[in-house]
Amino acid sequence: MTKGMLGLLAGLLISAAAPSMANDSVKAITSDAKQWGMQLGNYSGNRYSELNQINKDNVGKLQAAWTFSTGVLRGHEGSPLVIGDVMYVHTPFPNIVYALDLNNDGKILWKYVPEQKPEVIGVMCCDTVYRGLAYADDTIFLHQADTTLVALDAKTGKVKWSVVNGDPAKGETNTATVTVIKDKVLVGISGGEYGVRGHLTAYNIKDGSMAWRAYSTGPDKDMLVDPEKTTVLGKPIGADSSLKSWEGDQWQIGGGTTWGWLTYDPDLNLIYYGTGNPSTWNPSQRPGDNKWSMTIMARDPDTGMAKWFYQKTPHDEWDFDGVNENILADIDIGGKPRKVLVNFDRNGFGYTLDRETGELLVAEKYDPAVNWATKVEMDPNSDQYGRPQVVKEFSTEQNGEDTNSTGICPSALGTKDQQPASYSPKTKLFYVPTNHVCMDYEPFRVSYAAGQPYVGATLSMYPAPNSHGGMGNFIAWDAAEGKIKWSLPEQFSVWSGALATAGDIVFYGTLEGYLKAVDSETGKELYKFKTPSGIIGNVFTYEHGGKQYVGVLSGVGGWAGIGLAAGLTNPTEGLGAVGGYAALSDYTALGGTLTVFKLPD
Amino acid sequence: MKAVAPVLAFALLAAGSSLAENPPNVAAVRNDGVRWFNSDDVPTYKIGEDGTVDWPTFSGFRRYHAECHVCHGPDGEGSTYAPALKKSALALNYYDFVGVVAGGRQKVNAAANQVMPSFGTNRNVMCYLDDIYTYLRARGTDAIPRGRPAKKEAKSDAYTAAEKSCMEG
Repeated sequence: MTKGMLGLLAGLLISAAAPSMANDSVKAITSDAKQWGMQLGNYSGNRYSELNQINKDNVGKLQAAWTFSTGVLRGHEGSPLVIGDVMYVHTPFPNIVYALDLNNDGKILWKYVPEQKPEVIGVMCCDTVYRGLAYADDTIFLHQADTTLVALDAKTGKVKWSVVNGDPAKGETNTATVTVIKDKVLVGISGGEYGVRGHLTAYNIKDGSMAWRAYSTGPDKDMLVDPEKTTVLGKPIGADSSLKSWEGDQWQIGGGTTWGWLTYDPDLNLIYYGTGNPSTWNPSQRPGDNKWSMTIMARDPDTGMAKWFYQKTPHDEWDFDGVNENILADIDIGGKPRKVLVNFDRNGFGYTLDRETGELLVAEKYDPAVNWATKVEMDPNSDQYGRPQVVKEFSTEQNGEDTNSTGICPSALGTKDQQPASYSPKTKLFYVPTNHVCMDYEPFRVSYAAGQPYVGATLSMYPAPNSHGGMGNFIAWDAAEGKIKWSLPEQFSVWSGALATAGDIVFYGTLEGYLKAVDSETGKELYKFKTPSGIIGNVFTYEHGGKQYVGVLSGVGGWAGIGLAAGLTNPTEGLGAVGGYAALSDYTALGGTLTVFKLPD
Repeated sequence: MKAVAPVLAFALLAAGSSLAENPPNVAAVRNDGVRWFNSDDVPTYKIGEDGTVDWPTFSGFRRYHAECHVCHGPDGEGSTYAPALKKSALALNYYDFVGVVAGGRQKVNAAANQVMPSFGTNRNVMCYLDDIYTYLRARGTDAIPRGRPAKKEAKSDAYTAAEKSCMEG
């Protein structure tokens, strides 16, 4: 393929020059559609493939080509990588890595089983998921649950180096993948429900030494913020922006963890990621905007210095954890081509921002059920510019401690959680797996103890009332207009990452275990197949021996498995509705399996 | 940090194998001003004929859905990750239940990776453990349905005083 040749050629040319950068190998691989080199498909986070052998006319004939059991029961998020003739498969805790030989029916070339203390399981909120491996320069990067980052020789599985990023005794754990940018590997941290202070850390891939660390909260020097040069909605951020937004030292146990995805624009030399919820879930215990939790951050990957921030949910009152991926795309807005990033936040708003300046272009609800805010203020002259306009009835802060606020949409699961969306440059549409769940939320006072949950709110969740009764939708989104193009109702939350392809199809998985393919223009269902367990993994594709394959990890779990296994009931519909909504446990059971699909020979 | 609950030492001594009570001893026979107890002097719930839930059991609903549900699922029903505590609270006797919450428990082998952390130093859990216990027993015996109890008794002064002394003590 021309594109693959060009990618390879570019890689060779650059690697001849000095100094060589690891992301040259990443760029070469991700521009070759035959390989699946990153969890999000490419640096832009598009989860889009140019492969079109499988297309909307023949996808109905898809069949299972081969399967592989991971030997692990817990929730399987993320996806394998395909580098050349080898597929690299990861598992949840204990975070096993398998290298499978695609030339030899998936024979196991090597297997790496890290040693981790099981105590870490007890401080992992919401399952021991792991969102997958990263690759660069013949090295596989494994980020274990206990925050140990390991560089493995991709050919042998031998450890090159390892470094520890956090302390599970304080509730610091890992669930996220890492991202290789230039000569560094960028690493986040989990533990917002334990009062962990979030940070993003860059390690030099040569030897694992730390290059920089940028905290989400605290003094400017800790956050790698320049009071004059770092901007927020076009204006300088000013001195002590975080410290002024917390009471006392609360920022030290204030969350803002970084367990989501990271994207990168090589031309602008900027990385993008989100920070999570402030701790605790009781908003009355942490007055102020709680900066910079719930924030999209743009930074220079070489130094970590912040270019711009945008806080989506100041002073969170609902656990709308702001870590979701920022998808980079070049689209026309108001007739003008713009370099944008698109973020489907947990809070139910789909944001489109200029990714160079952080200017807010579009902020609209991507589920009509969203009710906690009327809108995001778009007038730059308003003192509310960029802030969601909170509805008093659904404000858990205004209603106060020990008061149950009811009927809030979305729930703490968010309209979308970690499950990554897809962008097709062909249709210019975003394909978004969503939750359609609302909640009651009652905050109350809690005390902090290191390494112990620091939650402080009672939640009840239920399917969005007065809708189709299901708990999810799969939607196509126009990020220029901020409008839903089509929406497919699903019985359960769609907790699987989407994949769009040049074959005019979009794939996603469901919690019952179906892999589905739909028409990328119309949403018409073209194919479905029930895999061995519920799908919370991300669909991926590759080509081998002249044939296109599509794969996905099954293995129900994650927060979806915890929240939905027993089914959700709507208290406002009375006792008659109890049990009226199907329980996920009626459809599927635990078990990690990879299923790979192809067209008939 | 010292363990919060004074019952802990006793619980560890008493920990051992236990069989599920059949039928469970949930009848409330005595109230010490803070909560109800059964004939074995173990905390229990009391649900009025109109469905009014005693305050400690309602408090148990609240605390369960803050501290426990992120692993054990809504309403004590269990999840893909951790067992249904509405059953555990009937299968374990009171002292074993307290012992597991305070001390933690591990089932880690080729088939299972289940780790219950130790909550012995966590006041948000230990000060409300009796509440959580009676809530889960009420769920396990279907004395209350899934979801938030619709009617509850007011918090008593004695309860408020006991809560304050545990959380600040």
